[in-house]
Amino acid sequence: MTSHPDGPVLEARGVSVRFRTRAGEARALDGADLRVRAGEIVALVGESGSGKTTLARTLVGVQRPTEGQVLLDGTPLPTRAKALAPFRRRVQMVLQDPAGALNPRHTVYDSVAEGLRLHGLSQGADGRGEEQQVADALSAAGLRPPEPLFLRYPHELSGGQRQRVLIAGALALSPQLLVADEPVSALDASIRGEVLALLLSLRETLGLGVLVVTHDLGLAWNVADRTAVMYLGRVVEEGPTEQVLTDPQHPYTQALLSVVPEVEGLAPQVLRGEVPDPTHVPAGCRFHPRCPALADGRAEAAGVAAACRGTALPVLPIAEDGAHRAACHLVTPPG
Amino acid sequence: MSAEARVEPGAPVLAVEDLHLTYVTADGDVPALRGVSLEVRSGEVLGLAGESGCGKSSLASTVLRLQPASARVSGRVLVSGEDVLTLRWGALRAVRWAGASIVFQGALHSLDPVQRVGHQIEEPIALHEPGTSPAERRRRVAELLEQVGLPAARARAYPHQLSGGQRQRVMIAMALACRPDLVVADEPTTALDVMVQAQVLALLSELVRGSGVAMVLISHDLSVLGQMSDRVAVMYAGRVVEQGPASAVLGDARHPYAAALSGAFPRVGDPAARFAPSGLPGDPPDLRSLPPGCPFAPRCHRAAPTCAEAEPALLPLAVPSGPTSAAGPAGPAGPAGPRERLAACVRLEES
Repeated sequence: MTSHPDGPVLEARGVSVRFRTRAGEARALDGADLRVRAGEIVALVGESGSGKTTLARTLVGVQRPTEGQVLLDGTPLPTRAKALAPFRRRVQMVLQDPAGALNPRHTVYDSVAEGLRLHGLSQGADGRGEEQQVADALSAAGLRPPEPLFLRYPHELSGGQRQRVLIAGALALSPQLLVADEPVSALDASIRGEVLALLLSLRETLGLGVLVVTHDLGLAWNVADRTAVMYLGRVVEEGPTEQVLTDPQHPYTQALLSVVPEVEGLAPQVLRGEVPDPTHVPAGCRFHPRCPALADGRAEAAGVAAACRGTALPVLPIAEDGAHRAACHLVTPPG
Repeated sequence: MSAEARVEPGAPVLAVEDLHLTYVTADGDVPALRGVSLEVRSGEVLGLAGESGCGKSSLASTVLRLQPASARVSGRVLVSGEDVLTLRWGALRAVRWAGASIVFQGALHSLDPVQRVGHQIEEPIALHEPGTSPAERRRRVAELLEQVGLPAARARAYPHQLSGGQRQRVMIAMALACRPDLVVADEPTTALDVMVQAQVLALLSELVRGSGVAMVLISHDLSVLGQMSDRVAVMYAGRVVEQGPASAVLGDARHPYAAALSGAFPRVGDPAARFAPSGLPGDPPDLRSLPPGCPFAPRCHRAAPTCAEAEPALLPLAVPSGPTSAAGPAGPAGPAGPRERLAACVRLEES
């Protein structure tokens, strides 16, 4: 909506993350492309095991890619921990489960000031002292007035307040981009709306770019400009949220939407089984063993059934024009 | 001991009447349930909604008298006509599993990590039907696993070898092991992915429709309740504040709290929800020191000075379409009370 074409851009290009396990090599991420611009909220959705959290961790530099690159404003992320510090200041992560992510023995003040101290920013470049910076961050996260909260401990706060303290900790460093992993899944329905409204207002007032990792399609509909759907380590569909969620192209996205209680009027297509084990990524299209379009003959009728079973799909590239795309032989027939 | 026809047709399998539950803690008494009346018939799903701490799970555990021994309880909980709260121990054990069973939230923590799942499913059968042979019990376990969509060979698996969805299926198989009349499912899909959640919900609704079990489904997710339930009760601060047919309560909630809760789950595709997440400011009240009058008033956008005067009773709503009952508003504990469309808000009568 209010994306800033000149603002900072965080990109993953062909990022793979492989882990060696006893069962063989697990491809947690298998060539994923994704872009988040300042002033834009992008939702990354998928089931557990789809690789969405691994992609988020790679984008903030916590997980090093086995292949591919993460770029901030076109500059690849350094690999040395020390060189990463300035990057980490600009791209902050907000963890899920605020009850577990805050140190129970740290006051709100210390939790928010910790990042400033780690980065040696307690005396801000703009002349604001630590206390002022903490107060500003808490206010920006909607905890106003901030001073009465300084000496509180996490157990004295409500779930919504704790989530705001975590967000304040990230905001204290004046980042340009936030990566939030399931920011509301541990919260009650009533608090959920408040935290989402906060993300929207941070985008408006600070021009922040936000990547929200979630399994909740209603959340994507509520706040995201763009939505990317992941399956087994890859982005399989991406585009403007209105198009992806109301006119899904990939059979996986279609199935996912059909079973969400928040969507009406679609015949539910309950897929059998679960996301396959990433040590055994199926050949051809990685979704083909569960694909309803292959099972009901639509792929056969379109003449792509053989390709679904045998021809791997290329990585879905970042669309320069912001178009809606899907990695599916039915959508873009091979050859 | 198993489910013989103890219930007359049409009679409720579960009837909760004016149930009060107070936890006695070092910090004072916590009234977790403050006069709850509900009923569920066979083949029917009652959805129970509300925020953390509203009393949903307290109600679930009290149905099987699993509340802490120190808690004070009053009222009646009739499972197939028997009052669970006054039963003697032996009779209570017969009701647990065979009369009613619970699917707890968090299957990982509710299963014994060092026992094979087949053994865990078998245990209640062995306890309740001591006459069965081991071979027969194993056959029952295999049947139950297949009924919940797992291969019978999974009986030999340990919980850690199963995925979250599979563990939840094992929990459901356990709950069905003694063919209960009533299943209480406490957040059965909360930790699961959308697709696995859809699988588990489809399984649960098949079981209810197929076998005529009555079910209480507890969830904070109203969209799940809307999909699964025949009727929905919304709880706040230990009381039911609105109750009625699922489509009416979720599509056209009258109590301001129920309306805020249903607004928090947007419908994908609804233009009004784009970039407009709806929430409810404030936190649930501290049960130790409830405000005078309506406990929701401090968070309510419609609150008026009268709201702080007395706690509103749960009263039948005038239904605009269809004939209104000639008897007029009956008391909340009236004989037909729990089945009507009810709401507890004084502002509804004024508008």
